[in-house]
Amino acid sequence: MVTYIIRRIIGAVLMLAVVSMVTFAIFFVVPRAAGATADDFAARYVGKSATEETVGNLADRLGFNDPVVVQYGRWVKGIVAGAEYDTGAGVENCPAPCFGYSFISHQPVWNDLLDRLPVTVSLASGAAVIWVLAGVATGVLSALRKGSVFDRAAMGIALAGVSLPVFFTGIVSLVIFSYGMGITAPGGSFTPITENPAEWAYNMILPWITLAFLYAAGYARLTRAGMLETMGEDYIRTARAKGLPERTVITKHGLRAALTPIVTIFGLDFGLLLGGAVLTESTFSLNGVGKFAITAILKNDLPQIMGVTMLTAFFVVAANLIVDLLYAVVDPRVRLA
Amino acid sequence: MTKKSAAAVVAATAALALGLTACGGGDGGTKKTEGGNSGASAAKDVANGALEAVFNPSDKKGGTLKMAVSEDWDSVDPGDTYYAMSWNLLRIYGRPLVTFNPGAGAKGRELVPDLAESLGTPSDGGKTWTYKLRAGVKFEDGAAITSKDVKYAVLRSMDKTTLVNGPTYFNDWLDLPKDFKSVYKTPDVNTDQAIETPDDQTIVFHLNRPYGGFDYFAALPGTVPVPKAKDDGVKYRDHVVASGPYKFEKVEAGKQYTLVRNENWDPATDPIRKALPDRYEISLGVNADDLDNRLIAGDLHVDVAGSGVQPAALSRVLSDPAIKARTDNPTQARTWYTSIIGDVPPLDNIDCRKAVIYAADRVGLQNAYGGEFAGGDIASSLMPPSIGGWKKLDLYPTGTGDVEKAKAALAACGHPDGFETNMAYRADRPKEKATAESLQQALAKAGIKLTLKGYPTSDYFALYAGKPDFVKKNSIGLATNGWGADWNDGFGFMSQITDSRTIRASGGNYNLSVKNPEIDALIDKAYVETDTAKRDALWGEVDQKVMENAYVLPSVYAKSVMVRGTGMTNVAVSGAWDMYDYLNLGVA
Repeated sequence: MVTYIIRRIIGAVLMLAVVSMVTFAIFFVVPRAAGATADDFAARYVGKSATEETVGNLADRLGFNDPVVVQYGRWVKGIVAGAEYDTGAGVENCPAPCFGYSFISHQPVWNDLLDRLPVTVSLASGAAVIWVLAGVATGVLSALRKGSVFDRAAMGIALAGVSLPVFFTGIVSLVIFSYGMGITAPGGSFTPITENPAEWAYNMILPWITLAFLYAAGYARLTRAGMLETMGEDYIRTARAKGLPERTVITKHGLRAALTPIVTIFGLDFGLLLGGAVLTESTFSLNGVGKFAITAILKNDLPQIMGVTMLTAFFVVAANLIVDLLYAVVDPRVRLA
Repeated sequence: MTKKSAAAVVAATAALALGLTACGGGDGGTKKTEGGNSGASAAKDVANGALEAVFNPSDKKGGTLKMAVSEDWDSVDPGDTYYAMSWNLLRIYGRPLVTFNPGAGAKGRELVPDLAESLGTPSDGGKTWTYKLRAGVKFEDGAAITSKDVKYAVLRSMDKTTLVNGPTYFNDWLDLPKDFKSVYKTPDVNTDQAIETPDDQTIVFHLNRPYGGFDYFAALPGTVPVPKAKDDGVKYRDHVVASGPYKFEKVEAGKQYTLVRNENWDPATDPIRKALPDRYEISLGVNADDLDNRLIAGDLHVDVAGSGVQPAALSRVLSDPAIKARTDNPTQARTWYTSIIGDVPPLDNIDCRKAVIYAADRVGLQNAYGGEFAGGDIASSLMPPSIGGWKKLDLYPTGTGDVEKAKAALAACGHPDGFETNMAYRADRPKEKATAESLQQALAKAGIKLTLKGYPTSDYFALYAGKPDFVKKNSIGLATNGWGADWNDGFGFMSQITDSRTIRASGGNYNLSVKNPEIDALIDKAYVETDTAKRDALWGEVDQKVMENAYVLPSVYAKSVMVRGTGMTNVAVSGAWDMYDYLNLGVA
């Protein structure tokens, strides 16, 4: 077990290193291969009416004139040992782990990410609780009453949930519940849970439900399919033949086996969401990692793009590791080696 | 192993959902929107009520003014910003030497002294400009503001490697010594030949050539004083030192700004500011559609960007009489147009360029930008009507396209069967895509075949349409473009987009097509003219020459549909910004 975990962690670190190199290459190497010069890079970050001299100076200041390997090395060094940043009037220290300085907002990327992480974690975890409970419960009930009115209605709603985009359901629910009925918070409201847990939940409830609606639908359909398949297995018949009560058969033998694919999908979904629920955060004007990512991309802010990509990759890799460990707990047939 | 039944799982889910809802519902009554409706709005809502007069005037102080913006802010550092909303708003915390008179319509275009006692005094034929500072003006920390703080502010704003965002007018016009690089790199170089401060209250600017409109430069945010000891280059934006009635309480880049009263601002030194709200709360990065909904619902007072509601809210705003009564529909000092680029044959021939203008469906172009209310009026010139010197030009038809005239022009340019060229547009701007498609269809009728090429907005001028090499290599004959005035006079609108000498090989150009020595000569004449009326007339002539030579195909003089938040007082659409004047808004 311990060797397994160590092996996986080493694998995860290597995976993150590869992701960082690929991301760096996409934004720094590919344009160069296509003929972009250091000045072309700098030209994105100068103001209106900048002279050639200004562009050249800025290319120097942002380090675009160095070979790509040196630029990448500097970025890695910043993470390990920290970096220094030229503010024009002096030098500012960016302690390790320094994921670079934004070319545009001139803030250390790491601080910005840490600042936005609580919003994204709040959004993802609250929504996850709702969608897992609601999705799995609906899926189980639908499977047990296959073909019933409940099943058909639930699966119909699930289809709507999967089909309707968040930027539609989000805006409509804001107009109805926040601006019309006044029972939920307007867009852009966020209070840290440490400050006021009740207000935190009140502000987040609408984003949670909107995001959960999207995912619950998928989970309900997945659980239903899994349950239908499992409940037809021989060992279920054996369990019933042993005289076990039906609820034990369903939860211990049926649901537990049907949950394995759910746990896998959940790990991936949750990991990705921690890297930013782009649409939900944008729709509800929540300043989380997802909105940070989209702004960084729109503004071509390379250090920010690198930082947010690494954070997302980290969460996905970590979630996968945890999921693999959980397999052993959920499904008795799996043993780690 | 727990033995929960499936039903229990469902019950738990339901209970959780109910619990959360109850929690939300419980708080809901007290938390909801205290912003918008708190004020005692006395005036009856009237559409365009703030265009020519101040709507709901009041001197009552107090309350919190809630603003929001969907886009990011370049910077709140007065020496490092180029957004109109920023230039408008920063005057609540910073005092430039001169500023625009707070007020509606044309009154808002007048220049009035702010930190200075009076407008500038020219000497040496307009090459030297002198200002006297008002006595008793202080920074937020209580330190007296001197002319040296203004000089330092102007000089630092010229370091475009550090403070990249602002305009470069001072760089281009001040008579600086050759060895001066920047206040940070060459702090010991004597700069008195450019800016003198003979005493703490006097500042003298020396230009490298005469300029009659220098008061407009003095109104740039670059003249807002900055204390040298507090300046840390690009990080100054995190803690700007106030000289106006408000100071920053919180600066969270990309998230929000809050401002509170600056106790060291003395109203006796400031005849133009009312300083009504107790507090400003500005949210950044708000979803644009949600922002409109909040504005309409009364949860917000002002959309800081001042460019009007999004298409999603537009039909609702225009069709509901109660909301429409809260709108203002100003024409902005902004023209959306298409550059016709003479570097790319056969558009080097004036008749081929004219053929493009004749064939264009001008109504189609208006619709591409959003129609009469949200798009704007069909433009017949590059210069928009609110700029001094504008005169109505009638050189080309403004209907749905004149194929006969286009064909005649094509015959005159030696391409009777038409020609092929490429058209660039900003791919992530639906209105520009619609413009390109409208032109593609209309021009095809005359035999001109357009191939459309979309490029990302962020690199459009730096790497694509604004880079001469790229344009020639890729035969881009047409390119969508748009320009808003830095300030509303001919220089502020035209100088960057009609002077061929602003075009740089390295890219980043906004003037894509106007290259004419005659026009350059007219511009030089306008620079040195100190008589406003004569200067305006010269800029009008520049506009006429641009159209006669068919360098641009204008689409619309931009208009916007802006919604006034509920409960606001002193609302006026300033002629200087073509958006609400942020200096004297109130909410009490």
